[in-house]
Amino acid sequence: MEEEFLDLLKNVEISYFVMAKRENHEGPYDAAFIEGSVSTPRELNELRELRIRSKTLVAFGDCACSGCVPSILNWIPPAVSARVYENFSLIHSKKESFQRVTPLRDFVEVDVELRGCPPRRELILEVLKSLLIGRKPGLKKYSVCMECKMKENVGLLTSEKRPGMGPVTQAGCGAICPTVGRVCEGCYGPMSDANAPSLAREFMELCGLSKDDVVQKFRKYAGLDSKFEGEAG
Amino acid sequence: MSLEKIVKVDYVPRVEGQGELKIKVRGDMAEVEFVIYEPPRFFEAFLIGRKFNEIHELTSRICGICPVSHQLAALKAVENAMKVEVSDLTLSLRKLLHMGSHIQSHVLNLYLLAAPDYLGYESIIPMAKDRLEVVKRALRLKKLGNDLVELIGGRAIHPVSTVVGGFTEIPSKRAFDSMKSRLMEAREDAVETVRFVSKFNYPNFERRCEHVALTKDGEYAINDGRLRSTEGLDIREEEYRARIKEEQVDYSWAKHSTVVGRGSYLVGPLARVNLNFKSMTDLTKSVADEVGFKPLCYNPFKNLVARALEVLNLVDTSVEVISNLNLRNERVTEREFKPKEGEGYAIVEAPRGVLYHAYGFDGEGRVKWADIAPPTCQNARNIEEDLKAFVPKIAKMNTGDIALRSEMLVRAYDPCISCSVHAQLTS
Repeated sequence: MEEEFLDLLKNVEISYFVMAKRENHEGPYDAAFIEGSVSTPRELNELRELRIRSKTLVAFGDCACSGCVPSILNWIPPAVSARVYENFSLIHSKKESFQRVTPLRDFVEVDVELRGCPPRRELILEVLKSLLIGRKPGLKKYSVCMECKMKENVGLLTSEKRPGMGPVTQAGCGAICPTVGRVCEGCYGPMSDANAPSLAREFMELCGLSKDDVVQKFRKYAGLDSKFEGEAG
Repeated sequence: MSLEKIVKVDYVPRVEGQGELKIKVRGDMAEVEFVIYEPPRFFEAFLIGRKFNEIHELTSRICGICPVSHQLAALKAVENAMKVEVSDLTLSLRKLLHMGSHIQSHVLNLYLLAAPDYLGYESIIPMAKDRLEVVKRALRLKKLGNDLVELIGGRAIHPVSTVVGGFTEIPSKRAFDSMKSRLMEAREDAVETVRFVSKFNYPNFERRCEHVALTKDGEYAINDGRLRSTEGLDIREEEYRARIKEEQVDYSWAKHSTVVGRGSYLVGPLARVNLNFKSMTDLTKSVADEVGFKPLCYNPFKNLVARALEVLNLVDTSVEVISNLNLRNERVTEREFKPKEGEGYAIVEAPRGVLYHAYGFDGEGRVKWADIAPPTCQNARNIEEDLKAFVPKIAKMNTGDIALRSEMLVRAYDPCISCSVHAQLTS
């Protein structure tokens, strides 16, 4: 957001952002943009505190909205992940207990979900502008296939039988992957009325994917979402 | 008897990720712990079972600042395992893509994370009021890096056209021509960046330690080469684990790397410039001379000068790479290659230093094991060693000033804490 940065500073005061500032304030805040998912008790406490201190809570990015790629861990047996450190229990007990990757909305009320990995700058600006003028952000709920059609792309699923997640994926990215000849991987998470079982069937019957391949496709950016419950396994 | 001072920074500001500094200083002795408490994400665990053609897409998510480095390291390791040859055009485009991402990351560190300390600001925000021209220059260069990555990869963060074997789309000659003229214009901003950063009042501190970087004859290596050091290390990707030891410490989620038989080492811009200065462009070398930078430099704070010189070298070199592109339409799709059983290894230079990826695959191309060593794991022990030597020299200061200067040393390394908190699977 390099072009908007200076104008933005005229309209918002950044009160807490340790990664960019040395002087930070404890709130209360008009709006909190929270990145990342929750996986430790410390993070959960922090999230609850932030909810209390913020008028509007924005889940910023896929990790906060759905768990994103790190949520694949939830299907890995703890014994396998513990092997990442020679003496897992030592750190585990000394630091803090590590739990399942969980999106913010499972613990607190989330006012705005700013999806995407990463969220597109136009969407971030839409949310910021909406907050400033006090209206509901106009985030799209329909499928990314609409954006793809508006770009006059050839549908990779229907014409080339390639397994794109578009039909169940929320718009917002501008259909950038099919535009450069790559199938949609679904990094904006499920659209409002996603029909995942139907797409999963298409993947197997039309594209020749195995059951296991289908599970992995749905278990990538939003496997924890209830709309993908049956398909992510 | 000298007084003991305890310095604590609970959440080190202006670095990527969440870390804590604990320092105890008494006379000439300092105890230092760089505690990384951000929880690990276990990438090496959940990659197991995933397919070879999505590993770069998944590992990209290790980091929002250096996703390109993780993508390229993963792609190279997969191609190494599957014996996939890529074209010269792919190699050139990957180099440009990576150069764009180094510009993005370096400009962010220099102007947004590090500069406020030396100019007396808490952040870039008040700086924008008093030093508008400086901030505008930063924004122009950052946008240039973003746009270069977006042009080649289809998106400025987590590019999408990168796949095993090449790119799904090759940008047009017209798009490259217009990027080339922007890069040529940006040389001036890049030169000014070196001058700006060189004027900072750096602590007079040197500590000789091993500097490690990729090196290659005839070019300033970022995507391939041999891993060499100022103390004689000279290895290929496959030998990394035999020569670099990684160990767990009980106070931090980041593992610590050491060179077997020697000790901690430094990776990143200063190591690269020290080892590869002769491969920098003439313009870069002349500006280095103008600002009085000479390798070998063992002042870790001067990582900033090295980083600024790299920005200039990146801008200058990318003009040349674009001029020599042999553009043709060679699109690759994500399912072009048949998987093979095997093991693959790769080392690239992420903006903050050496990045190692290695994988084992079964006959269906599914990951059997994964091993990733990000630069901040490699720098973690060295940062502590630097602080142990540096803090006693400033022990007379009040604790607030000791904390600030210690943070400045940490920020000079541009650590990426989120990247650092997951190391390899032990068998």
